Amino acid sequence: MLRKILKNTYLSLILLFTYVPILVMVVLSFNASKSRVNFTGFSLKWYQQMFSDRNIVSALQNTIAIALLSSIIAVIIGTMAAVAISNMSRRKRTIYMSITNIPMLNADVATGISLMLCFIILGKAIPFFSTLSFWTVLITHITFNIPYVILSVLPKLRGASQLEYQAARDLGATSSQAFFKVVLPEIMPGVVSGFMLAVTMSLDDFIITHFTRGAGINTISTLVYAQVKRGLNPSLYALSTLMFVIVLIILLVTNFVSNRDEVD
Amino acid sequence: MNSKLRNKLVAAPYSIWMTGFIIIPLIFVVYYGLTNDANAFTLDNVISFFNPIHLKSFMQAFKLAFISTLICIVLAFPIALIFRNSKTKKSSFVVYVFILPMWMNGLLRIYAWLTLIEKKGVINLLLTALGLPNINIVNTETAIILGMVYDFLPFMILPLYNALMKIKDDTLNGARDLGANELQVFTRVIFPLSIPGMVSGITMVFIPALTTVAISYMLGGGLFLLIGNVIEQEFLTTANWHLGSGLSLVLIIFIFIVMGITNKFTDKDEENNLI
Repeated sequence: MLRKILKNTYLSLILLFTYVPILVMVVLSFNASKSRVNFTGFSLKWYQQMFSDRNIVSALQNTIAIALLSSIIAVIIGTMAAVAISNMSRRKRTIYMSITNIPMLNADVATGISLMLCFIILGKAIPFFSTLSFWTVLITHITFNIPYVILSVLPKLRGASQLEYQAARDLGATSSQAFFKVVLPEIMPGVVSGFMLAVTMSLDDFIITHFTRGAGINTISTLVYAQVKRGLNPSLYALSTLMFVIVLIILLVTNFVSNRDEVD
Repeated sequence: MNSKLRNKLVAAPYSIWMTGFIIIPLIFVVYYGLTNDANAFTLDNVISFFNPIHLKSFMQAFKLAFISTLICIVLAFPIALIFRNSKTKKSSFVVYVFILPMWMNGLLRIYAWLTLIEKKGVINLLLTALGLPNINIVNTETAIILGMVYDFLPFMILPLYNALMKIKDDTLNGARDLGANELQVFTRVIFPLSIPGMVSGITMVFIPALTTVAISYMLGGGLFLLIGNVIEQEFLTTANWHLGSGLSLVLIIFIFIVMGITNKFTDKDEENNLI
């Protein structure tokens, strides 16, 4: 009994610790004044002003576009890479996996500056990279997302998929039929979780974007960083609250659907 | 088409990508780190890491990251244990509860802590109301540690939880049948089996904490220059890419030495260890 109370208290404290800043943001998004300490009254004005602030709108557009595009491209390249890696000789596989681990293990600061140097130097030879822009940020996000996809998909490929692929081929399927009709459905959970991880990582990234973004290109993270000194525009709280609610609803719905699917 | 060639083709997009955007950028860091403005070879940038100013930034970052990692282990272990022992098969719940906050911008969440810990912030308001002495931690090392623990705790909880979930009930019951008491079950069975998870948690907490830029900037009020802030300044403020690359180079080498050491303790099937 005592043990149970202790457990629940501890759990509640950690959850409080995890969610209290989010609660703060939600409350401040309804604050009538710009103060981050005093709640001076209820207001919806930050929600109304949110979409008339050009900086916020373009940062939101960039953030979402980069998260979705980079994750989709990373899923395609990463899944192909995982399939190829699973068929490689042990030695080659080790080389590929070691390189794949680099962006995941290395400090974000180092990844950021290395890509920044790369773009600026390559820009002297290839005009496409010549200025840091939306595209350089997109390339960076694809780069750090691919490893998450590979590491999510690879374990799924170790199971029966190899044998099933052979069986499909023996039964007359072309290699692409065998892949899309047999292997892909098998590894789909890994592909989906790779995609979700990629979106999460992309949304949450600050430092790598910070180094590789072009002038005037902001994501929500870099916009916040730029505003820290002179105080945040509370519309950013409003925007985050809105995004949080949307994500929560999506998760609850998908969880409800998947719970209904697997009645075991 | 023979299967080897086909495999090469399937791997091709990634091979090109990782060469262009992982390997070549690192080569540039090495090149810039080992040259000066006149493009002549020099070790000055690398050696400058051990200048008192830079070394101090690194040691301070190391200290704060080390303390934060320890606190994360202490806080995360009971959580992982509680979730492991709860018989509700809601493993996805654990993941959701701790991943969900990540969908709200990380910088905003850290910034929100200022509202809580400021001199006239929420926590002090509560403490005053209860007649307790106020805390004064904003712009201190304590605030930075708080931010680190807050930001990276999920990365300790999830791998620990995964490691504990791999321990079968039979193993624990076996230990009990053989006469182990609960403490012994923990110290002799659960703890050793949790080490692979803890090690991947340590790398996922320690390295980002060691190299943070945003947490020290926001919660330290610009008073603290950790090694990440120094590198950022060299690139974006003073535009001294050679020095910045030299410092990064030492940092990268340090990280890979740490990884090499911790790797000895991880699970052999490392591909399953992702979060």
